[in-house]
Amino acid sequence: MSRPDDDHWLSRPTTVRKLWWAFAVLLALTVLVQIVFPVDGHFGADGWFGFAAVFGFGACVIMVFFAKALGMLLKRPDDYYDD
Amino acid sequence: MIDFFPPALALVGGAIVGGIARGSVRQAVFLLAPLLTLWGIWQVPDGVIVTTEFLGYTIEPLQGSPLRRLFATIFAFMAFVGTLFAFRQAKWYELSAAHLYAAGAVGVSFAGDLITLFLFWELMAIFSTVVVWCGGGARARAAGIRYATIHLLGGVILKVGIEGIMVHTGSIEIQAIPLDTFDAWMVLIGVLINVAAPPLSAWLADAYPNSSPTGSVFLSAFTTKTAILALILLFPGAGILVPIGLVMIFYGIVMALLENDVRRILAYSIVNQVGFMVCAVGIGTEMALNGAAAHAFAHIIYKALLFMSAGVVVYRTGENLCSNLGGLYRTMPVTAICGIIGALAISSFPLTSGFTTKSMISEAAMLEHMSVVYFLLAAASAGVFLHAGIKFPWFVFFQKDSGLRPKDAPWNMSAAMIIMAAACILLGVFPGPLYELLPYPVDYVPYKAGKVVFYLQLLLFSGLAFFLLLPWMQRTMTITLDVDWLWRRALPAFWEGCARLIGVVRQHVTRAILGFGRRAGGRLMDVLGPSGTLGRSWQIGTTALWVALMLATYVTVYYL
Repeated sequence: MSRPDDDHWLSRPTTVRKLWWAFAVLLALTVLVQIVFPVDGHFGADGWFGFAAVFGFGACVIMVFFAKALGMLLKRPDDYYDD
Repeated sequence: MIDFFPPALALVGGAIVGGIARGSVRQAVFLLAPLLTLWGIWQVPDGVIVTTEFLGYTIEPLQGSPLRRLFATIFAFMAFVGTLFAFRQAKWYELSAAHLYAAGAVGVSFAGDLITLFLFWELMAIFSTVVVWCGGGARARAAGIRYATIHLLGGVILKVGIEGIMVHTGSIEIQAIPLDTFDAWMVLIGVLINVAAPPLSAWLADAYPNSSPTGSVFLSAFTTKTAILALILLFPGAGILVPIGLVMIFYGIVMALLENDVRRILAYSIVNQVGFMVCAVGIGTEMALNGAAAHAFAHIIYKALLFMSAGVVVYRTGENLCSNLGGLYRTMPVTAICGIIGALAISSFPLTSGFTTKSMISEAAMLEHMSVVYFLLAAASAGVFLHAGIKFPWFVFFQKDSGLRPKDAPWNMSAAMIIMAAACILLGVFPGPLYELLPYPVDYVPYKAGKVVFYLQLLLFSGLAFFLLLPWMQRTMTITLDVDWLWRRALPAFWEGCARLIGVVRQHVTRAILGFGRRAGGRLMDVLGPSGTLGRSWQIGTTALWVALMLATYVTVYYL
C-alpha cells in the first residue's frame, strides 16, 4: 500500500525481502551462538539448546491468542463511551 | 531550623513565578526550577534534616537516604527534560501544574513521616488531575473527574490507614510495616491504588491518553513511581506483592495487545513495567529492591521517551489511533529513531537501560529459587517486546503508508527526546554510575555472554512471533472494556435501574393513595355532596319530623 510518489528505499519490496532474510540469519545466529556461549541454566530447562527461542516464541503465541479470545468478549466500537 | 534549601520548594516557587511572569522570563523560570531542585536534592545529607511539631506529632518533612535521593533525582531530571519537551508548546498552566505535581513527587521522596507523605501525596493527586484536564475537551474533563475520584478514594483509604497507625502505635515514622493489622492493609491498599494495581488499575489507561501530548509525558513519570518508592520504604518483602505484580505484568501486556490508541498502548505498558517493580518489592531481597529502584529510574526515562515520541506524533498529526497512522518514518526520522530506542529499552534489549536494570529483578527471583516467578518474568519480557517494543514503532512509523507526511519534531521536543534516548543507551552501556546510587551495594554483572544470548533469543523470537501473527495483530476501530466499565457503565446503569424501580414503586404508591383518596372522597360525596344524604335539600315534612325528633330527644335527656 504505497503511494505512487513514494519510493523510499525502506518501502521497496526488494528491501523488505532482504530485511526478512537478514532477520532469518540473525535468528539462526542467536540460537547457534549458544554452542560457543552456553547459557548456564539455573533451573535446568533454561539452559537447554534454543530454550529461550522456543519459550519466547511460544509465550508470545499464547499471549496473542489469549488476547484475541479476550478481545472477542470485551471489544466494543470505539464510540462506546460517547453519549 | 532550615539551614539549607528544601528541594521541592524550587519547583513550587517556579510554578508560581512561572505563572506570573511572561514571555521568555517565564520559559527560563520553568526550565531553571527543576535544575535548581536537582541541585537541592544533592545537598540533602543522609538522615532526618528538619523536624517540627504538629498536633503533638514529630513531623520530619525532610529525610535523606540514597534511595530517596535516587528517586528525587530522577523526578527532578524528568521534570527538567519534560519541561524542555513542553515549554514552547504547552499552556503555562499545564507547566505550572506539572511542576507542582513534580514537587509532590520530590516531597514524597524525602518525606520522613506518614503525615508529610500524605500531604505531598495529595498535592500530586490534585495537580496531576489538573494536568489531565489540560488535555482540553469533554473527554479530558470527564476522564479527569474519574481520575480524581479514584485518587481521592485512594487518599482516603491511605488516610484511614495512617490515622490507625498513629492511634495504635503512636509513631508516624516511615519504616517497614508488617502486614498484620487492618491499618497496615489500608496503607497498602492506598499505595496500591497509585501503583495502578488491579482491580482499580483502569484509571491509568483511562486518564493518561486523554491528556495533552505534552501532559502525558509528565503523567507517565511520577504517580506510579512514587508509589513504588512508598512500597520499598513501607512494605519491602511483603509476599502478596509478588502475585499482584505478576497480574499487573500480564494484564498490561494483554490489554496493550488489544489496544488501538497509541498512548493507551503505552499507558498499559506502564502498568506492565510497574508490575515488574511491584513483584521485585515483593521478593524483597537486597538485589530485588536494588532492581526495583534501578528499574524505576530507567523506566521513567524510557517511558517518558516513548510518550514524547507518541506525543510528537499526536501533536503533528492530531491522530491517536494506530489504524490511522503508519509510515511516518519517512518524514519523522528523529521521532522514529528516538521512539525505537525507547521501545528497545522498555524491551530490555542488551545495551539499553532496560537490560541493565530489569534483569536484576529476574536475577533476584533466580537467586531466591522462585522458578515460577522467574519463568513468568521471562515470558513477560518476551511479551513486553511484543506489545510495546515492536507494536508501538511498527504501527506508528512503519506498517502501511497512511499518506500522512507530518513535519518532524520541533527543536525543543527533538532535544528532549535525544537527551532521553542518550540516557537509555548510556545506562545500558555504562550502568556503573547508576549502580553506585542504589540503596544496597551492587554485586551484579549484567553482561554475561550466556545471559545475553538467552535474552537475544527470547526477544528476537518474540519479534518473529509478532510478524508471523501480524494478521492477528491488526488494529480495529474498537476499544476494549476494562474495569473502568464498572464505574462508567455498570454503576450508572445500576443507579438508573434503581431510579426506575423507585419510579415504578412511587407510581404504584401514588396511584394507590390517589385511588384510596378518590374512593374515600366518593363516599364523602355520597353523604355530604350536593346530592348526598346530608347535603341535598329535604322536603319540609321530613325536616319538621327530624326537628320534632331532636326536640323530643333533647327534652328527654334534659329531664333525666
